[in-house]
Amino acid sequence: MLGFVLRRFSVAFPTILVIITVAFFMMRVAPGGPFDLERPMPEETRQVILASYGLDKPLIFQYFDYMGNLFQGDLGPSLKLRDKDVAEIIAEGFPVSATIGLFSMLLAIGLGTLLGSIAALRQNSGTDFSVMTFAMVGISIPPFVMGPILALVFGLYLGLVPTGGLDPRYGMTPDRLILPVITLALPQIAIIARLMRASMIEVVRSNYIRTARAKGLSAPAVIIRHALRSAILPLVSYLGPASAAVISGSLVIERVFQLPGIGKHFVDAALQRDYTVVMGVVIVYATLIILLNLLADLLYGVLNPKVKYES
Amino acid sequence: MTTLYTPKEKAELIEKAAVQGRSLWDDARVRLMRNKAAVTSMIVLAILVFLATIGQLLWVHDYDTIYRDRVWIAPTMDNWHILGTDAQGRDMVARILVGLGVSLMVGIVATFVSLLIGVTWGATAGFIGGKVDQVMMRFVDILYSLPFIFFVIILMVTFGRNIVLIFVAIGAVEWLTMARIVRGQTIALKGMEFVEAAHAAGVSRPKIIQRHIIPNVLGPVVVYVTLMIPVVILAESFLSFLGLGVQEPLTSLGRLISAGAQDMEPAPWTLIGPAVTMMVTLFCLNFIGDGLRDAIDPKDR
Repeated sequence: MLGFVLRRFSVAFPTILVIITVAFFMMRVAPGGPFDLERPMPEETRQVILASYGLDKPLIFQYFDYMGNLFQGDLGPSLKLRDKDVAEIIAEGFPVSATIGLFSMLLAIGLGTLLGSIAALRQNSGTDFSVMTFAMVGISIPPFVMGPILALVFGLYLGLVPTGGLDPRYGMTPDRLILPVITLALPQIAIIARLMRASMIEVVRSNYIRTARAKGLSAPAVIIRHALRSAILPLVSYLGPASAAVISGSLVIERVFQLPGIGKHFVDAALQRDYTVVMGVVIVYATLIILLNLLADLLYGVLNPKVKYES
Repeated sequence: MTTLYTPKEKAELIEKAAVQGRSLWDDARVRLMRNKAAVTSMIVLAILVFLATIGQLLWVHDYDTIYRDRVWIAPTMDNWHILGTDAQGRDMVARILVGLGVSLMVGIVATFVSLLIGVTWGATAGFIGGKVDQVMMRFVDILYSLPFIFFVIILMVTFGRNIVLIFVAIGAVEWLTMARIVRGQTIALKGMEFVEAAHAAGVSRPKIIQRHIIPNVLGPVVVYVTLMIPVVILAESFLSFLGLGVQEPLTSLGRLISAGAQDMEPAPWTLIGPAVTMMVTLFCLNFIGDGLRDAIDPKDR
């Protein structure tokens, strides 16, 4: 198992390096720069500013400078937000993004597993039909449609939750996070429910479940202790893609609900050519996604003894 | 008494019998036609496609005509603004129809791009096998774990908001699963007895490919393509929503929803119209995809 983890890291490290390199050069090829204002500034001023950030050097030197600083843990200063380091921006935004991401994943896994299992155990009943209809709705309505609609109905018409993002005075309060979390989780709840239903239907037909029933175990014990354990495997292998989907979904959610997470910073920074912020966010998310994928694979191995890490 | 046939007549008879038999596709069609949700979806989708192509030409308003004195008019029968007007006084029906057309086109073209890359990559890997296969599929595995949306965003920023680029960018991102499916099918089919049997019976190679390989690879590919179109439409809308998709005055459903979300307090109809259109379209495509999957590959039912 340790060998497996080490081998995965040996692939992950070059992968991240390639991601950083590609992102770096793609960003620089983009026309325009961080200091192209609506009102053109004098050329000398521009040169001074560029030189102060080291942006006047040849691109390849800039790249090595950046990588050198990166290996010392320095993500550089933001080019657009004055007096802010990229590390500071990420440190401020990450808790918000992580909170909604984490709660969405928990909600999606919990509710998705529950709904999918119930649908499978009552296959072709009214319950099954309603759950699958709900899942179809969840898959067909993207977060950027669901978000505004939920905000319109629950925020504006019913007045149950405040609209307009986080209140800086109170920070992250449940009433302001509940809609973003639900919106982000809905498609994942739907996908997980469909996955769980399919695999649960297959598992409850298998011989060892019949044996467990035959020896007199109660229905809940059979399901929870025996069936769920193997039915949950497809869900575990979906966790990697799910976390990637939640992270990309958060780009939209943070914009819809005006949350100051790093996804919102990323889009703004890409549009304004704030190179260092774009790079910082890409590095954080790429590392996170690769780690989560590894974690999901390890969890799969723990739950499924058939998997050997030796090969 | 038995009738004797010349080899040529025999071949013709076999050919005829094969045509008269119920093929995989006949069975699939019968099963699909029994699926009410899928049939309804096909009818609705046909209507939507008609509206987005012919309908937008026939509609009384143009999508880019600005009526300065008719900003944010609620849905009304006056002047045929049956879904209202937007912040600049443009007719919502005309804009939704154009947006729907762009979204559907992006869905089809980008899916085709990913189909092309995915089938080529997967078939090559599966056919050659061995080391080449391992390297090629390992590459797909690595790409799978990347935060692709970030690259698409950077790509859009780099090369400007070009509609062709949207096709390529989305298609280039979505081909991975297609490659996996095609590779798996190719490997499985290579070793199948019925392929060998056909070969032993003297069926020519093009005939084997036409009669046995293509229909067997086609099933999963068709299903996946149908389910991919909504995914691609979503991806485009996602980019448009972030302000990275098609450019004004041209529009797409994602862009309309984005604008509607900003104006939902004074003018909720600018959100509701495009949002409902998008939901209905995606519903239809997903129901058709699910129906096709159940029809072609009924073992899941």
